[in-house]
Amino acid sequence: MNAIVDLPKDQLSSVGKNIPIYKERGQREVFCGLTGIIWLHRKIQDAFFLVVGSRTCAHLVQSAAGVMIFAEPRFATAIIDDRDLAGIADAHEELDRVVKSLLTRRPDIKMLFLVGSCPSEVIKLDLSRAAQRLSKEFLNHCRILSYSGSGIETTFTQGEDACLASLVNEIPKAVVAQEKNLLIVGCLPDVVEDQFQRLFNELGISRVSFFPPKNSQQKIEIHSNTQYLLAQPFLAETARLIEERGAKRISAPFPFGIEGTSSWLKAAANQWGVSAQHFDEVTQPKIERAQKALARYIPMLESKRISFFPDSQLEIPLARFLSQECGMKVLEIGTPYLHKQHLEAELDLLPENSRIVEGQDVEKQLDRCRADKPDIVVCGLGLANPLEAEGITTKWSIELVFSPVHGYEQAADLAELFARPLNRSMRLAA
Amino acid sequence: MQLTLWTYEGPPHIGAMRIATSMTDLHYVLHSPQGDTYADLLFTMIGRARKRPPVTYTTFQARDLGGDTAQLFQDSVNDAYQRFQPKAMIVGASCTAELIQDDPGGLARALSLPIPVIPLELPSYQKKENWGASETFYHIVRALVPADKTISAQQYQERRAANKQAGQKPSCNILGPTALGFRNRDDVQEIKGLLESMGIEVKVIAPLNASVLDLSQISGADFNISLYPEISQLTCTWLNKTFGQPFTKTIPIGTKATKAFIEEVAQLANLDPEATLASQEERARWYAKSVDSTYLTDKRVFIFGDASHAIAAAKVAAEEIGFKVVGLGTYSREFAREVREAAKLYGVEALITDDYLEVEQKVSELAPDLVLGTQMERHIAKRLGIPCAVISAPVHVQDFPARYSPQMGFEGANVLFDTWIHPLMMGLEEHLIMMFRDDFEFSADATSSHLGHGSPSVKEHAPVPTSAEDAVVAKAVQVNAEVFSGNKPANLWDAAAEKELGKIPFFVRGKARRNTEKFAVEHGISQITIETLYDAKAHYGR
Repeated sequence: MNAIVDLPKDQLSSVGKNIPIYKERGQREVFCGLTGIIWLHRKIQDAFFLVVGSRTCAHLVQSAAGVMIFAEPRFATAIIDDRDLAGIADAHEELDRVVKSLLTRRPDIKMLFLVGSCPSEVIKLDLSRAAQRLSKEFLNHCRILSYSGSGIETTFTQGEDACLASLVNEIPKAVVAQEKNLLIVGCLPDVVEDQFQRLFNELGISRVSFFPPKNSQQKIEIHSNTQYLLAQPFLAETARLIEERGAKRISAPFPFGIEGTSSWLKAAANQWGVSAQHFDEVTQPKIERAQKALARYIPMLESKRISFFPDSQLEIPLARFLSQECGMKVLEIGTPYLHKQHLEAELDLLPENSRIVEGQDVEKQLDRCRADKPDIVVCGLGLANPLEAEGITTKWSIELVFSPVHGYEQAADLAELFARPLNRSMRLAA
Repeated sequence: MQLTLWTYEGPPHIGAMRIATSMTDLHYVLHSPQGDTYADLLFTMIGRARKRPPVTYTTFQARDLGGDTAQLFQDSVNDAYQRFQPKAMIVGASCTAELIQDDPGGLARALSLPIPVIPLELPSYQKKENWGASETFYHIVRALVPADKTISAQQYQERRAANKQAGQKPSCNILGPTALGFRNRDDVQEIKGLLESMGIEVKVIAPLNASVLDLSQISGADFNISLYPEISQLTCTWLNKTFGQPFTKTIPIGTKATKAFIEEVAQLANLDPEATLASQEERARWYAKSVDSTYLTDKRVFIFGDASHAIAAAKVAAEEIGFKVVGLGTYSREFAREVREAAKLYGVEALITDDYLEVEQKVSELAPDLVLGTQMERHIAKRLGIPCAVISAPVHVQDFPARYSPQMGFEGANVLFDTWIHPLMMGLEEHLIMMFRDDFEFSADATSSHLGHGSPSVKEHAPVPTSAEDAVVAKAVQVNAEVFSGNKPANLWDAAAEKELGKIPFFVRGKARRNTEKFAVEHGISQITIETLYDAKAHYGR
């Protein structure tokens, strides 16, 4: 590799098989946590997301979602203006007024999230207190919660972490132990959720529930007999709060690709004492089907060199899938934040020569990318077209958060997401 | 605090970004938190730009707030200068950075860079995108166009006249087009072509694709074309005051306005407009005149957008297509007066608001046949089941088309005709639906068949709803009747009258209901019967 690795050695640490982890600081080309609203509002169907922020926040959310034409969107912004900046007490009254008019307009809303932003954090507008106050007023009609999706505190998918954490926070800490149950944590597309539900049933693991639930009325069961599996790698705070309530994390790689899914299911199966034979009986046909589907994309991906810009924290599990199961060569894995404990099982499976960079200095990273000349680059939409114009094939990363990619049945779809741009650039080059 | 489902304009720093991105060698350093780089997407995705916007963000995080964010800003300015070597720089703060008060202007000045560094004061909690763009353009022009204060505007004018060689063409600048402006790319091409066909030299087009050097040439032209007053008026006014350059007031949208524009320009350039006017092929006017367009007469249209596009659209709708303008409004408060004046022409009161919900309320009250608006009005029109066409920013990716699609000039008029008529139900279908209501395929409650969507009756045969979005639409269509009634008590109508009302095609039913209810109230009728319905019809006409 002839890359210019201009990364500070003093901030270097390493994991597992001596893979270097560089830390970088500088301009970050990432979304803030508010963006999570785009998928969360679809998942929790009776919830509404009210951002308390500036016109910038409103503009962000609509620029991301506005291409869909909504009859009734389930998100909005309470825009702070200069009158609110004059005095905080006043801002609370204003917020109450906005929430009341919103809930009058949308009586079907059963759960309202007050979403903090950079401006609301900087002026220290206490949204958790506002949520408590308003909850009392709308008791039995609408639950009101708060979390921060601000850019200063959260990066992209961390918005989901903060949102789910606010839901867990509602559950009292001292919970009476009940029958052993399995909690799958992280927003999954409905079709994936149903597939996993069926797999756990077939394995004989009963009492499986998914978090977040599809609607606000579903109860979340967490107690000291709860074991949980993370379906997404970006749920640090949610996991911490779940553990505060006595639940135990099952350590596993994330369910991307065939190997990832098998290991993930196996980790749970072991906890439930499912025999190896039964596990194989259940998974083997699905593995074979997935292998058949995946085989179609392997020739397009094999030996291709890939780099990731930081975006969602999905980068490490995806790099593992692409190298382990698709034969791709991983050059650089950028990640906005690295939770070593949650990614322990993943890091062990990465190839030795990968370069992990936590944080970002986008200009320097672009320099490295241009020097590396990868066959495909996973990056955000702000960089994708400019890199394409430079002749570098890209896969825009947000799609990985918006598509069903977990589990056996989606393993080939996930590979296809990376094969498609390569296929396309070959086709258009002719 | 304002509850906002959708916002018509971004914050003012987006306006500044539009100016910076329009230009070729200007860099913008924006003090802003992590995440504000989303704005790059507007240019790279919606505008499909091939380059990253020339913007460096400080992207501070919570942990930086305890430290020295001012130093972070200065480092960013230095790094940006070293890396990009721009010819000039603008510096400013986004909404969050405005709260922490680091004074980007002062900090940048302290670095003494060897290029002009222009500080921007853009109050994010009061002003918006277009204001930000206008202000930025003005400050850049003031900083980069050399002006000799000892020379008066008149002396500048005289000097230009004196330096003019025999046979030299009159000249102008085109000011106002920007990156991310609605159809600015093609408007510029259309208007530049028109001016050149008149024998006028176009010196500088700015800010779109202009360099810092280009800007310094602005004062050499005889006059200015203020193409988008929301962006260019402030600058044109200053150029007039400083260099004695007059500027155009007519926005050349629509055939008539384009002709008026040609006359105005000819006067400023001392040319005869007749040759240009005579040589134009006016397809849009003929299309509107042709008998196929007769059914468009008095279709009730609601218009909303930025001030320039809304005013122009109203004129085209009323005078060139023969629609009836039932509502006119803008989110451009800076041009509220102009829109109020224009609204008087149509006997309506202008709606000046940036509140999406107010616009929605107004549209549902008026129940127009067609909405001409922005991307936001498409949401409203979808909810209410009204045909809609886009005439102004904000717009999404589909309104940055690959094909040539100006709004301005004669080709622009052709584009407008096609675009506005397309969403309306076509004449024959409209007639047949009035005559026969129970067709299983062409239902009165359906969207037009030329738009290719299945009617509800066709959908019933489909095994599953195609998407959740469809279900929402279906639900929205169901609630339409209530929306249009303006929440009047339903018991005003007796059952037979209600049924008769149902026989009126969907696209005029709202108006019929409103008229009948209005008639009943005015005549003290407590129960609407079939007779009342026809009494009202006779009273108001179709």
